[in-house]
Amino acid sequence: MADLRSNFAGITSPNPFWLASAPPTDKAYNVERAFKAGWGGVVWKTLGEDPPIVNTTSRYGAVSLNGQRIAGFNNIELITDRPLDVNLQEIKQIKRDWPDRAVLVSLMVPCEEAPWRKILAAVEDTGADGMELNFGCPHGMSERGMGSAVGQVPEYVEMVTRWCKSMTQMPVFVKLTPNVTNILAPARAARLGGADAVSLINTINSIVSVDLDIMAPTPTVDGKGSHGGYCGPAVKPIALHLVAEIARDPECAGMGISGIGGIETWRDAAEFISLGADNVQVCTGVMHYGFKIVDDMIDGLNNWMDSKEHGEVVDFHRAAIPNLVAWQDLNINHELVARIDQDKCIKCGLCYVACEDTAHQAISITGKGTDRRFGTIDAECVGCNLCAHVCPVEDCITMEAVDNGKPYLNWAQDPRNPNSAAAE
Amino acid sequence: MADIQAERLGATQLAENFADVHRPFDHGGAVVEANRCYFCYDAPCINACPTGIDIPGFIRAIATGNVNGAAMTILKENILGGSCARVCPTEILCQGDCVRNGPGDRAVEIGLLQRHATDYLSAIGQHPFERAPDSGKSVAVVGAGPAGLACAHALARNGHDVTIFEGQPKPGGLNEYGIAAYKLPNDYAQGEVAFITAIGGIEIRYDLALGRDISLAQLRLDYDAVFLGLGQGGVRNLGVPGADLAGVDNAVDYISKLRQAKDLGALSVGATIVVIGGGNTAIDIAVQTKRLGAEDVTLVYRRGPEQMSATDHEQDFAQTNGVRIKHWLRPVRLEGDGNVTAAVFAGVRLEGDGLVDTGVEQNIPCDMVFKAVGQAFVPLTDDSPAVSGGRIDADDMGQTSLSDVWAGGDCVAGEDLTVQAVQDGKVAAGAIHKFLVGS
Repeated sequence: MADLRSNFAGITSPNPFWLASAPPTDKAYNVERAFKAGWGGVVWKTLGEDPPIVNTTSRYGAVSLNGQRIAGFNNIELITDRPLDVNLQEIKQIKRDWPDRAVLVSLMVPCEEAPWRKILAAVEDTGADGMELNFGCPHGMSERGMGSAVGQVPEYVEMVTRWCKSMTQMPVFVKLTPNVTNILAPARAARLGGADAVSLINTINSIVSVDLDIMAPTPTVDGKGSHGGYCGPAVKPIALHLVAEIARDPECAGMGISGIGGIETWRDAAEFISLGADNVQVCTGVMHYGFKIVDDMIDGLNNWMDSKEHGEVVDFHRAAIPNLVAWQDLNINHELVARIDQDKCIKCGLCYVACEDTAHQAISITGKGTDRRFGTIDAECVGCNLCAHVCPVEDCITMEAVDNGKPYLNWAQDPRNPNSAAAE
Repeated sequence: MADIQAERLGATQLAENFADVHRPFDHGGAVVEANRCYFCYDAPCINACPTGIDIPGFIRAIATGNVNGAAMTILKENILGGSCARVCPTEILCQGDCVRNGPGDRAVEIGLLQRHATDYLSAIGQHPFERAPDSGKSVAVVGAGPAGLACAHALARNGHDVTIFEGQPKPGGLNEYGIAAYKLPNDYAQGEVAFITAIGGIEIRYDLALGRDISLAQLRLDYDAVFLGLGQGGVRNLGVPGADLAGVDNAVDYISKLRQAKDLGALSVGATIVVIGGGNTAIDIAVQTKRLGAEDVTLVYRRGPEQMSATDHEQDFAQTNGVRIKHWLRPVRLEGDGNVTAAVFAGVRLEGDGLVDTGVEQNIPCDMVFKAVGQAFVPLTDDSPAVSGGRIDADDMGQTSLSDVWAGGDCVAGEDLTVQAVQDGKVAAGAIHKFLVGS
């Protein structure tokens, strides 16, 4: 059995699976259930100044894709709507009852020193393990000069982070918004401010759908809608990229990363960790299926790590980073062609029509009806993978490397590049 | 003493036994199933449908919420798409050729999806097609079954006036009189006929049978063209002694009686039943008598399961309904004194292409015997178009040897399927339209 224990920015937890600051971590009742289910830690739903905010109904929108519910998820909910004191009491009790679990507290107050000083002292008093600055929330709070309104201005990120580091001994996490042109600007600002870690991504600005009957965006509040924050499995690729950008940035070196964005399985988690995340946070997955999904996350990661002979999570941390390179460093001489396994082919023709209509006319069709046969035309195949992606049968179309005898050559070296050394 | 009686089951149980055999999709279920369709290129299911419905097209429309569009895609190729969705042996047609039939997978439920779309449209209650301006031409259609109705609708769309002559008191053909009750419950056939004729320009006259009340010669004089959708009015004989005993009946006659019964409990049925035959009619009579309350139903076929014309799906259905199926038994005689008491069979085996007796006899005691050894076209005595192989000769467009007479459905050669009859009627209507407009 692999060892899943995590020590991240000095915070220990029995596994690297935390619940993100969100409705599932809004109160002791939920967090208690989460810990019983096996979650390694929580980031408590964002606390703010009293009086608490007021939420609307409804609050959530979702994208269903081909019958899959909640492929993408969207919310217009704000930070906690409960009094500060109630939350602090519950956090204190939870940390006392569950000393082995990580309990961080997400915070959001106006961009002035005094409110931060006040709330940090109160949080420290709970015995919580750390704090997370909510610089990510893209709706509602941002209109009040908080959340992503701060996260989008690197100078503010650095300033508030520095305040917090000077005001508390607790580890300081900075939650980043993806709603920026270059994630490195706020990430480097957090690093300069002394952040122990960044958490990303927060939700992406979104309008999840339009109700065509009433001509209003969803979720709809009394006939009107508002942009919300997008999350769930659909955002995972965006999150992976942003995590990796920070992980391989020399200026961010030494700062931890808590990966967030569409993580629902051990495999998702392993991918984030391989691209530089120290641990991961989950929200939409549990809002869809409940806390029990952590069972398979723990078991699946364990079994996969055993199969790869990884004893600890750090053994594959950043393992994919060396293989993430700029496009111009890719081997232009590498050649692939599609191969169709005739025994597996169900003759749906999706590869054919995709290649014929939208790619390189590299798939042939012979015969008729259920006896038809699809083959590849190697001379036309550019190895783009489109056919393998549209094929509904696993491993029916594979991409085979062609041994062309050519050495590694990148675009900078390629004589076809007018700016290459070889072209001169 | 034969045990034949009515009211073997109470009204509640009968209502349950003869309720819709398929559970329809709700909208969410239909979308999930529709999304299982791979949207194949040049999809095999389309080629497997005699009416050539753009199946991936209509399924995609269901998935996108364009259910009305889905229904129109179906109905423009098959105006009886609603009943075909319920009665087609999809396992040997569209779903049989679905690419998802491989190991660990299952075909897309095309029939149920087609039903979902057509039900959606019929709930709107409006006829979706428009008639072309009156052409001034008139066509006689003989038979208000699937072939005749499909032909009539296509002709009416093109602006021709159609008169349908039906020998029975009600329209629908086999959908009304022949299909098992639980496949088309709630008077579905009549509702569908009302839907089809709502286009206008179609008059149906009842109780007028060709050769009995009307003649083809007269129709040819009175109308610009004639379409014959006569079906198969006759049944094949068993050709064994004892077939005239009481308690021995043709399966199709009993099913027709059952379909028209206002009170199923009033139908007398034996405690022990023997059905002779291997087609879907044999399955239908066996299951329906079981569901009427017969205690013991045995279906006997002279060859093996592979040779039965009833599909695997239908054979399974019979067996899960408690029908016992026996193979390789040839009927020898029916025994009884007044009423049948036993059916006697000779064991047979295959030798070359023929059957030879094994010398073993089996005697199955019974109160009723149903003959389901096939229907047959009853040839016209006067003025008939050319007939071969016991059916009307028709070319690819349904044209007979008579220049102004077309034919389709079970009275011509080809698969005896509702969906094939619809295609025949549709194709012939196209040819008739050309003939009328060209002349």
